[in-house]
Amino acid sequence: MLESRYKYLFLLPGLFTLLAIIIFPLVFTFRLSFSSWDVVAPALDFIGFDNYVRVFHDMRFWESLATLGTVVLSVVSIEYIIGFGLALTLWQDIEKSRFFRVLFIIPMMSTPVIISVVWRTMFHESLGPINDLLAMLNLPTVPWLSKPTSALIAVMIVDVWQWTSFVFILLLAGLLSLPHEPYEAAAMDGANHFQTFWHVTFPMMAPISIGILIIRIIEASKIMETVYVLTSGGPGTSTETSAYYIFIRSLREFQIGYSSAMSIIYLLMMIVALTLIARGLTRVLVGKGG
Amino acid sequence: MERTKMTKMVVTIALAVGLTAGGVARADKWSEKYPIKKDIPGPASYEATSQKDYKGRTLNILTHAIPVMGEPTALHAKQFEELTGAKVKVVHVPFGDLFQKAMIPFQTGQAAYDVMFYASLWIGDFNAYLAPVPQKYVDMPQMQEVTRNYKDVATWEGKMIQFPVDGDRHYLKYRSDVINNPELRAKYKEKTGKELRVPQTWKEYDEIGRFFNDWDWDGDGEKNYGSAEVVARDNLMFSAIISRVAPYAKHPDVKGGFFFDLDTMEPLVNTPGWVEGVKDFVAAQDYMPPGGNNFGLGDEIFSFGGGQTLFSYSWDDAFVQAMEPKSRIRNLVGAAPLPGAHKVWNRKTGKWDNFDKPNYAPYICWGWTSAVAKASKNKDMAFDYLAFFANQANHPSDLLVGRFGVNPFRTTDFDPKFYIKEAGWAPDVAKTYCATLSGMDKSRNRVFDLRVPGVNQYMSSLATGVSKALAKQLTPQKAMDEVAVEWKAITKRLGVDRVRKAYANVVALEDNLK
Repeated sequence: MLESRYKYLFLLPGLFTLLAIIIFPLVFTFRLSFSSWDVVAPALDFIGFDNYVRVFHDMRFWESLATLGTVVLSVVSIEYIIGFGLALTLWQDIEKSRFFRVLFIIPMMSTPVIISVVWRTMFHESLGPINDLLAMLNLPTVPWLSKPTSALIAVMIVDVWQWTSFVFILLLAGLLSLPHEPYEAAAMDGANHFQTFWHVTFPMMAPISIGILIIRIIEASKIMETVYVLTSGGPGTSTETSAYYIFIRSLREFQIGYSSAMSIIYLLMMIVALTLIARGLTRVLVGKGG
Repeated sequence: MERTKMTKMVVTIALAVGLTAGGVARADKWSEKYPIKKDIPGPASYEATSQKDYKGRTLNILTHAIPVMGEPTALHAKQFEELTGAKVKVVHVPFGDLFQKAMIPFQTGQAAYDVMFYASLWIGDFNAYLAPVPQKYVDMPQMQEVTRNYKDVATWEGKMIQFPVDGDRHYLKYRSDVINNPELRAKYKEKTGKELRVPQTWKEYDEIGRFFNDWDWDGDGEKNYGSAEVVARDNLMFSAIISRVAPYAKHPDVKGGFFFDLDTMEPLVNTPGWVEGVKDFVAAQDYMPPGGNNFGLGDEIFSFGGGQTLFSYSWDDAFVQAMEPKSRIRNLVGAAPLPGAHKVWNRKTGKWDNFDKPNYAPYICWGWTSAVAKASKNKDMAFDYLAFFANQANHPSDLLVGRFGVNPFRTTDFDPKFYIKEAGWAPDVAKTYCATLSGMDKSRNRVFDLRVPGVNQYMSSLATGVSKALAKQLTPQKAMDEVAVEWKAITKRLGVDRVRKAYANVVALEDNLK
């Protein structure tokens, strides 16, 4: 009996921390979403579902969600392909592989804001080195940040540059943990490199791939600093993602109640989307492996 | 006798030399220790401040990141600490965080900061939380030198609630070595049939900007461009569009509102005057440097200040950058009023009125200001700090440090001799600068910011709409129609009467009723 009490007592610090840093902010945000808390009315009043109704009519919110979807789908796919390629390369016994492994994870360790500032300078259309290089090669210069499509591509480039290393390092860890026996069997069956990859490596990497893809989708969905520094959501609203839009409405415009409602809707949509994506990936990758 | 005479003469010479040398090196004991020319006697002077005893008390200050306004805040805080014994804590935050850092304690009833430095257009949101400036500070000699515009900026419903520490406005900057170059003037005349001069209207700005775009007109081997402007959506672009729109939409004979019709609170942002300014802004992308339509304030400063463009308009910074001692275009720039317009929208008649002489509408753009929190328990110390910050010894010294972001706002700041002697400016540059800045105080057709509750919501919406027009996602008319719809919704949400009451203060300034 006494032991059982002690058990709960020891759980308390963890439970309290969980309550303070996860449950309370979430519940408070939920409560705020039903209030009109604004720049002129700092009140936890109750206005029903007004904020939620407003979100459903706010085309800019849905556009930002569509932009986010495009960015996330593109960057996570590219990062996965490049990351897998790099991991496969360094999985082999190549010279100085340890040096390259460290080199590739440097972008991931850098601060996103600083990286974005550096890339903003590189993308500068008249003073930046990228267009200078293109001009030296007699190639047309690119309006990196001043045209909607190229600005979106620029945002994606920065994200891919920074986060491919994350995918790479986890995939490399996965590859290093694979058993040797299936490869010996494949070699005995006369499988070539591609067949070995497609029928052995890729299926065995499916569980870890799903984990990585889900983590990257969650992380990429929060993209904010890169947009903030690189384009401020422009030109127009072409690079405005959900997190940036919610930031503008909440901390710039101080529409606390409304932005809380947007946050809750965004959270619910992410939970649903990620559940469906995880299920789909499992069916495609693990199903294939099976 | 001879010996005595000789001794007297030696002593006199020694004294004279000593005094002269002392005079050359430093003017008084304060200037030996602090970066000022000399202390100026007054209630907030170094001498007077040193008589105050704030030992054991702490002053909390919220300010911008270093250097702009953050650096002088910290510098004068340290000096204030040394003089009074107070402990001064300075919190620096980036501009994007400044509003919420001040607003959250206001709304939750905390006295987190005694003194705040912030953007003066937030007065509509902050006024209820600010302590009025006590009369003894309003009556100080240094405050008597503050010009009409900046007293107006600091005032809310007849009371001064912001403490002036800076003066801001938008004005035109141009390359005088181009505009005054006989060869380039002849070339311009030959190609266009028109005289090259400082543009009087936005249309003329456009014509000249296009002509001087995408070729190396200063012979440095690099291409030059027409205009550097603040265009990035969430990087203060809303102020640039107000400058562009003002002469088309601010009719000198039509009273009652520039942003709204004060009577009906109908937004005016989609009226033809506003749309004309937006059309000009969209067209200007043709003669901006590559990537210029994503320029924020920093880019604009370095583009014009670095000699890349012929024109620019916004705050002082680009001009100051161009006039830095190591700048390659130092003394090759000039200042002029913002361009005007020959046609002005008359919303009373619903027609354009044509003006033979261009209509000018100086934009008394927001800038840095300061205030003391109503909830502060250290109001005496807080106001003393602000008075010391802007005293007559510190202010001229701060003016000379470009990165401080302290710009002219006192009658004494508009003397060209000051800039010629102290900053080494060429006389022509100093004269155009002082004439332009002081001229704005004389205007009877001024435009102020939308100093109402929720100003950030209105300006964010405006910037988004204009940005859509710039990106050609929408036509200028449709973009501004969208802004008008959003402005109506914001006003409805915040309360029409509340916004009207605040906006009446702005209209009173613009219509010269106060």
